[in-house]
Amino acid sequence: MEAGYNFAYLDEATKRMIRRAILKAVAIPGHQIPFGAREMPLPYGWGTGGIQVTASIIGPADTLKVIDQGADDTTNAISIRRFFARVADVATTERTEDASIIQTRHRIPEAPLREDQILVYQVPMPEPLFRLEPRIAETKRMHALADYGLMHTKLYEDIARLGRIGTAYNYPVMVNERYLMSPSPIPAFDNPKMDRMPALQLFGAGREKRIYAVPPYTPVRSLDFEDHPFRAIRAPHACTLCNSTASYLDEVVTDDQGGRVYVCSDTDFCRTEQERAA
Amino acid sequence: MNALLEAQGLSLRFGRVRALDDVAIAIWPGEVLAVVGESGSGKSTLLRVLSGQQRPEAGIIRFDGTDIHEAGEAALRRLSRTDWGFVHQNPRDGLRMAISAGGNIGERLMSNGARHYGDIRAQAKDWLARVEIDPARIDELPRNFSGGMQQRLQIARTLVTRPRLVFMDEPTGGLDVSVQAKLLDMLRALARDLSLAIIIVTHDIAAARLLAHRIVVMRHGQVVEEGLTDRVLDDPQHPYTQLLVSSVLAA
Amino acid sequence: MSYSLATEGLGKSFTLHLQNATAIPVLEGVDLSVAAGECVALSGPSGAGKSTLMRCLYGNYGAERGRILLRHRGEMLDLASAPARVVIEARRETIGYVSQFLRVIPRVSSLAIVAEPLIARGVAPAEAEARAASLLTRLNMAPRLHALPPATFSGGEQQRVNLARGFAAEYPVLLLDEPTASLDAANREIVITLIAEAKGRGAAIIGIFHDTEVRDRVADRLFTVLPIADAA
Repeated sequence: MEAGYNFAYLDEATKRMIRRAILKAVAIPGHQIPFGAREMPLPYGWGTGGIQVTASIIGPADTLKVIDQGADDTTNAISIRRFFARVADVATTERTEDASIIQTRHRIPEAPLREDQILVYQVPMPEPLFRLEPRIAETKRMHALADYGLMHTKLYEDIARLGRIGTAYNYPVMVNERYLMSPSPIPAFDNPKMDRMPALQLFGAGREKRIYAVPPYTPVRSLDFEDHPFRAIRAPHACTLCNSTASYLDEVVTDDQGGRVYVCSDTDFCRTEQERAA
Repeated sequence: MNALLEAQGLSLRFGRVRALDDVAIAIWPGEVLAVVGESGSGKSTLLRVLSGQQRPEAGIIRFDGTDIHEAGEAALRRLSRTDWGFVHQNPRDGLRMAISAGGNIGERLMSNGARHYGDIRAQAKDWLARVEIDPARIDELPRNFSGGMQQRLQIARTLVTRPRLVFMDEPTGGLDVSVQAKLLDMLRALARDLSLAIIIVTHDIAAARLLAHRIVVMRHGQVVEEGLTDRVLDDPQHPYTQLLVSSVLAA
Repeated sequence: MSYSLATEGLGKSFTLHLQNATAIPVLEGVDLSVAAGECVALSGPSGAGKSTLMRCLYGNYGAERGRILLRHRGEMLDLASAPARVVIEARRETIGYVSQFLRVIPRVSSLAIVAEPLIARGVAPAEAEARAASLLTRLNMAPRLHALPPATFSGGEQQRVNLARGFAAEYPVLLLDEPTASLDAANREIVITLIAEAKGRGAAIIGIFHDTEVRDRVADRLFTVLPIADAA
């Protein structure tokens, strides 16, 4: 462990403060709790909220996995994993099933998560209403009174203009039929995985200084209309590497002639599928 | 029959100005009540206080027999999106300008739990037709509409959930005279067909005569005269009402 | 004897606050009663207060003293002290008033103006419009005029719209202020017939008839209103 740093980088008082915010968030599923976010040794937008949540819950016995858009081997994922290896001396893994804490940016792993796992989301903008209602005081009032007609109005406008709900990322959800929540910019494809997930889901927004949570087995419902039900959309292809027709795919351009392939965005899932086939 | 909305002893000061001075007012189901008076008479303040947007320093407001502030802000907010409606003088204050006409009408339905796109759209079209806007323009933004159309859209958006009581603050204020007539006529028909109770604040005596069953005359935060519309206008008793009526050209 | 409408000691004066609170007494101690099926004509010199009395009876002017008793929903209602919404209810169901001049409402058709009191009393719109149309036609208003707002009509045409509106709802008590003033002979005859029909169904009618021939043909008796100075 790197000398001169407290375990997991944050001082114990800060961790306590963040844990209190997390407990409150768990107690009120989907409700945004303000917390005193600290300066972290990386810029906003690189996961400062998620890192502080992870730092506050991680213990020496934990095994950490970090993914960015589903991949374990991107710069951001690698540097965060190394960071915790250095300041907390914890084991890290790329295997979803081996991890006790998974910090993620913009994806939920394809493999079902378990009760003994925690999923920590990095959140750029925690307020689902921010594009619709610029006044923060008013959005707070709307949450307090569960006055979410405006969010449905946005979906109505989508259908009126595009013939369908055009939101593919950050698709708004109702948590426990009470709070409207931003699921962070995960693809709408991942939304159904949040519903009644056995793992605890924690969300940290560093710049916006908010923490929120979805406790295990909590109902999470994507907003929709009776006659325009929510649909999880994926590219209609099989993964070029593992042949999966169920996973969420990234489109990869392969040459200058417009050639492209579709591969799983979840690198661990893809490798597991390939190993199984081999 | 009991009053729908009843207020007693309303007082509110802004600094040294008495905006409301021991005001009592009541409105019955299906009744159109005009509050008239010049600028600064307290009539707009009265509307904001009656509709729960501002708390009085003293006095009580009962809707359906219940103190509107007793059950808390959530209940009040629910009231204002179900049983109540509010029509602003400037349609920009009552509309969402970046949302289509259909979305504007649909928002109140969705706020009250409507979750069927087709039904919401059908109701929006129906209401556009009722306020004499071509339903084919359902997906247009309000900014493409004239001032009169915007005001009618605001009325459609407010009435779509069939409120029992509608507060209106100078709804014809910013409109051309010819457009005002159309709007007044429409309001008159809607009030009758839907048995709406309406409290309308206006300084337009002619509009009050056309729409209102009853008139309340305000001055310096006090109600100086009230009664049957034609009696107050044709046989005014209070010196101020006589001045107000005599100042109007052929009301 | 039971009355449809009666006044007891009705008094009315106007205080003109804008003119140094000058008080002008107009009516004093008026005791008038009209029975069902009876037509009473108000007589007296011009300026004696006949129109003021009519307006008081309708509640358009507030009565200052005395009572105005109207048989409404089977009971005697004091219009002088009744709250506004009760006066409105009485106007909807019991007492009608045909003023000298039609108050024109922008954009509203003649047919709708005539049908409105019927609809307000709960008559189905289609039936109300059919009755309105037949009454307008009876008053020699060509069907093409029915759909037009009366703003551009002549004085006589406007008065016929006003009369149709007053007679359509078949009020138990009807107040007529100069109903034939701007009508030609043919239409005057129709109004006389309408008044006779109203009396026949038991309406109590109070009228101001400038035209003595009309007055003598419709009125059962006269009620004289004298200027207060003369009466004193």
